Amino acid sequence: MTFFDGDSSLISNLPAIVVTLPLFASLIAGFLGWKNRKAPYPIAAVALFLTFISSVVLMIQVMSTGVAIEYRMAGWAAPVGIVYVIDHLSALVILLITSIAFVNFIANKSNIDTVFRNKAGAFNSLYLLFTAGLLGMTATGDAFNLYVLMEIASLSGYALIGLGSNRAPLSTLNYLFLGTIGATFYLLGVGYIYIATGSLNMADIASIMPKILDSSMILFAFIICMVGLLIKMAIFPLHGWLPNAYSESANVAAGLIAPLTTKVTIYIMIRICLTLFTPQYTFDYLNTSDLMVWLAIGTIIFGSLSALAQKDYKRMLTYIIIAEVGYMVGGFFLGNRIGVSGAILHIVNDAAMTLALFMAAGIFMWKTGEESQESLKGMFAKMPFTMAGFTVAALSVVGVPPTCGFFSKWYLISGGIAAGQYFFVAALIFSSLVNAILFFRIFEIAHFEPFKDHHHHSSNHSNKGEEASAHDTHEQTIKEAPLGMLIPFMAVSILLVVLGLYSGQIVNNIINFAIPSSIL
Amino acid sequence: MSIETVLSIKPVLAVLVSLLAIPGIISSRSQNIREAWTFAAAGIKLLLVVSMLPIILDGKTINYTLVQVFPDVGISFRVDALGMLFALVASSLWIVTSLYSVGYMRSLDEHSQTRYFAFFAVAISATIGVAFSANLLTLYLFYEILSLATYPLVTHHQDKEARSSGRKYLLYILGGSIGLALPAMLITYHFTGTLDFAPHGVMAGHINSGLAMLLSMMFLFGFAKVGIMPMHSWLPAAMVAPTPVSALLHAVAVVKVGAFSVVRVMTGIIGTGVLADFNINGIICAIASITIVVASLIALSQDELKRRLAFSTIGQLSYIILGVALLSKSGMTGGILHIAMHAFGKITLFFCAGAIFCATGIKYISKMKGIGRRMPITMTAFLIGSLSVIGFPPCGGFISKWHLVLGTIESGSLIFLIVLLLSSFLNAAYFFPVFYNAFFCSADEVLFEDRVEEAPLWCVVPLVITASISILLFFYPQPFLNLASLAVQTIMGV
Amino acid sequence: MDIVSLIAAKANYWTYVILLMVGLYAMVAKNNLVKKIVGMVIFQTAVILFYVSIGYKKGGTLPIIMHGHDHGHGVESVIKAADYINPLPHVLMLTAIVVGVATLGVALALAIKVYQEYGTLEEDEIRKQIELKG
Repeated sequence: MTFFDGDSSLISNLPAIVVTLPLFASLIAGFLGWKNRKAPYPIAAVALFLTFISSVVLMIQVMSTGVAIEYRMAGWAAPVGIVYVIDHLSALVILLITSIAFVNFIANKSNIDTVFRNKAGAFNSLYLLFTAGLLGMTATGDAFNLYVLMEIASLSGYALIGLGSNRAPLSTLNYLFLGTIGATFYLLGVGYIYIATGSLNMADIASIMPKILDSSMILFAFIICMVGLLIKMAIFPLHGWLPNAYSESANVAAGLIAPLTTKVTIYIMIRICLTLFTPQYTFDYLNTSDLMVWLAIGTIIFGSLSALAQKDYKRMLTYIIIAEVGYMVGGFFLGNRIGVSGAILHIVNDAAMTLALFMAAGIFMWKTGEESQESLKGMFAKMPFTMAGFTVAALSVVGVPPTCGFFSKWYLISGGIAAGQYFFVAALIFSSLVNAILFFRIFEIAHFEPFKDHHHHSSNHSNKGEEASAHDTHEQTIKEAPLGMLIPFMAVSILLVVLGLYSGQIVNNIINFAIPSSIL
Repeated sequence: MSIETVLSIKPVLAVLVSLLAIPGIISSRSQNIREAWTFAAAGIKLLLVVSMLPIILDGKTINYTLVQVFPDVGISFRVDALGMLFALVASSLWIVTSLYSVGYMRSLDEHSQTRYFAFFAVAISATIGVAFSANLLTLYLFYEILSLATYPLVTHHQDKEARSSGRKYLLYILGGSIGLALPAMLITYHFTGTLDFAPHGVMAGHINSGLAMLLSMMFLFGFAKVGIMPMHSWLPAAMVAPTPVSALLHAVAVVKVGAFSVVRVMTGIIGTGVLADFNINGIICAIASITIVVASLIALSQDELKRRLAFSTIGQLSYIILGVALLSKSGMTGGILHIAMHAFGKITLFFCAGAIFCATGIKYISKMKGIGRRMPITMTAFLIGSLSVIGFPPCGGFISKWHLVLGTIESGSLIFLIVLLLSSFLNAAYFFPVFYNAFFCSADEVLFEDRVEEAPLWCVVPLVITASISILLFFYPQPFLNLASLAVQTIMGV
Repeated sequence: MDIVSLIAAKANYWTYVILLMVGLYAMVAKNNLVKKIVGMVIFQTAVILFYVSIGYKKGGTLPIIMHGHDHGHGVESVIKAADYINPLPHVLMLTAIVVGVATLGVALALAIKVYQEYGTLEEDEIRKQIELKG
């Protein structure tokens, strides 16, 4: 048995490279950070960029060949060895992770430099490690390996969040408790799957599944795995950890963790249900749809209403994230092709939207040094470009065409109608309306109330020494964020529209292949 | 019946041209350069629209698909007679309104003029987009863009009143479109598998009567821009906007987009057959009639000129709906024609209101006694505009109302004939006092000195133009009348 | 009698379930953060024990195959899987233990940060302080 299967060229090793590159870079960045504060950032940036490029190549490869790439770790074939499987679904999510990690990292350079000045090594290292963990979770085709990578991502995520504000450690600790319960439940579920099938390879288990559909062991495994994952994706009523943890973390960390953690967990749920337990078991044999869709409805309603009650911008976003989790879980468990397409498309769109909103949060924070919505007074006149981008992102969350949020919502609602789940449809519409209220409340503050000079509050944030502007609305001078922040942000908000217009192509060329043909 | 189609990117260009002018508008260093961009875009837009006119009058349609977003639905454009008529109205009035805007905004020295012109351009793009939509999705897209682009225009003054009006505006418009029109669209898509506008609708054979009724109502109230009661109260509230905005957006673009969307959905999606078979048209006619009468009655009691005009608009919009819902040939022609005729009449009235405000700062009708002596041109134009809206010859409004009356007789519904006549009487009742007081009040009531002092030239010229067109349309209604009959031919299949 | 044998036959399951519940209880109900952390460790350990127990077979021996290299020489001794305990769950648990230790490390580090911030590890006292500040 050769060490590498087949040709050992760079391209054929990409599935491994895409995970190991940030992993090793993380170690290097961590060590170098001890010696030199300036070294970790460029290393991390280059590593993230190369990872991003690799993921693009992977995506192209999968799309052009149309078959999944199976990479055998150390050359051991499945089911004995651990395989990484890059199919349409995982390639899409990998591309999503790498691009968000990269863009968020680049856009927040000045933030990282100021906030983590003395922790450069630790921060950059954790950032990369978290990315590597998520990428591994997405790529792996092994149920136990998934657990390990999930914990790598989670642990580095706890550490990243813990680096935030003074209150962050306590919130993080609560997050850690719930996260550990979730992951351990998953591990327990995997144990029962192993007892029932003797295998840990997802595809292998799936091939055994038809014979053991009525095994109570499998039922227990399914339930316990789902509970674990639902805790980790913060579904109502298991959401308690999320708002505090996300809103108290530093903006850079939130910009990475908030768009990705819940979304990748939902991907894992989809992966487990489709690839491991098989759609036949999840949808036909167990008939989980009703229960899960109701859970999703509860999450959507609860998340939306809670968001209404928030005065703080970032906290409001965290509740929107919870509501969006309901969108995706509900969409997936509709169990029809349109709904599942919508859920997968929404993973991409929602991640991009959340990224844009948290990048906006970073810019506002940089500008005002505060996080309350009230601090956004007069922003339209002060930062027209930032606010234009923010408006696009907000409209995408509301679901206004041609932004991407509209199109995934379209699929989700269509799926709901097709499945006869009219309460889910109503919940989605309700949530759209609430989101409209949420964001127009901010627009009103930013549009009608004159800019308040926050200079004295934010001496350590607005280091440019901006001059106190006239308080009169009519004579405000435009003072935008630095280009290093603004350009990536504008790019992301344009991307929201592009993703929307090309959602047809994404669904036709990628998502269609990602859903088993047994789902109609 | 096969309709010859022509593939052309012109409709897309016609939509985009004003969007493309926005970077120019934003980056201009002087006001004049900025306004030059606006006029250039407006001119090119009108040329593009007019250049498509012969093809449409030839009985052909122009198609273009931009991107395919769903398997069977794309962002697609199609120019047919109905869309052409609306686009022609909107793009020609944009030029006039731009002229007027310049005069109005500069003479009042308004703030944030750049923002104003930029969003104006977005709004007009969206309006043309609605006119040229080939399917409901595209229409919805531009409808929403229009809602959002007009928000900064409505709330231009950024004060408390603007804020609460803006809130009301969004509540009705966005609430309606997201809460009612969007689900209705999705349900339609689910049952019919298409959203393309077809000459005879797409619902026939797919949807039972209860659902068809429900969807029709969801569309009618969901497209709240049409101001059908009880979804109307955003319109008077939105009158806090600067007058040119009220003029173009609330006499032409926004409200007519609402009416146009409803007409499109009624004919192209629900289909006249379904409307007639399930007796939905009767209910729509009834709702429209109630709106017509109630709005006219409310208009009587309004002292603020712009609010009176707003309620008049609410009533007049329902004429369009009523006309089309009559499902008779003349009624439909009249309804569609009313989109154009009312636009020219009503915009004249708004221009006059703005000119009065510019010149004297007066908003209330009770304070306009004798203003005819001070502003004779403006008030003459006001007379012409109101005659057109009332439907009095020799004004364009007569033509559309004539067809509407014929339509009620054709369809044999006497009650709606009475509604039309009653409402015309009410129209006269709320317009006539304005004019009468302006010219013929007794000498001791006159509130103005006997000295002619009109608004700035840039404000007066546009209202003279639109008033003249209103009269001209009585004698030469052909471009719009032909388009309307062509549209009706396609819909009715005669 | 019947119940006793039932419990005895599945003793490993009962053990891990009880441990799991003890851990969960501590994590949910305890007020002290370190006690919660201890609960978390018990919780994780329960699952590790579960895995270790399922690899065991009655009469099985260590999975070291003495004649592993003999095949091909003809005098092949037949290897029966039933004779050896399953090593895979045990190997998996090596990784899980490492994960558990890392989690414990992060949790303790966070607890230290909390203590530095509030001067206590009792959750209700911390909440009181937050309310006072907020």
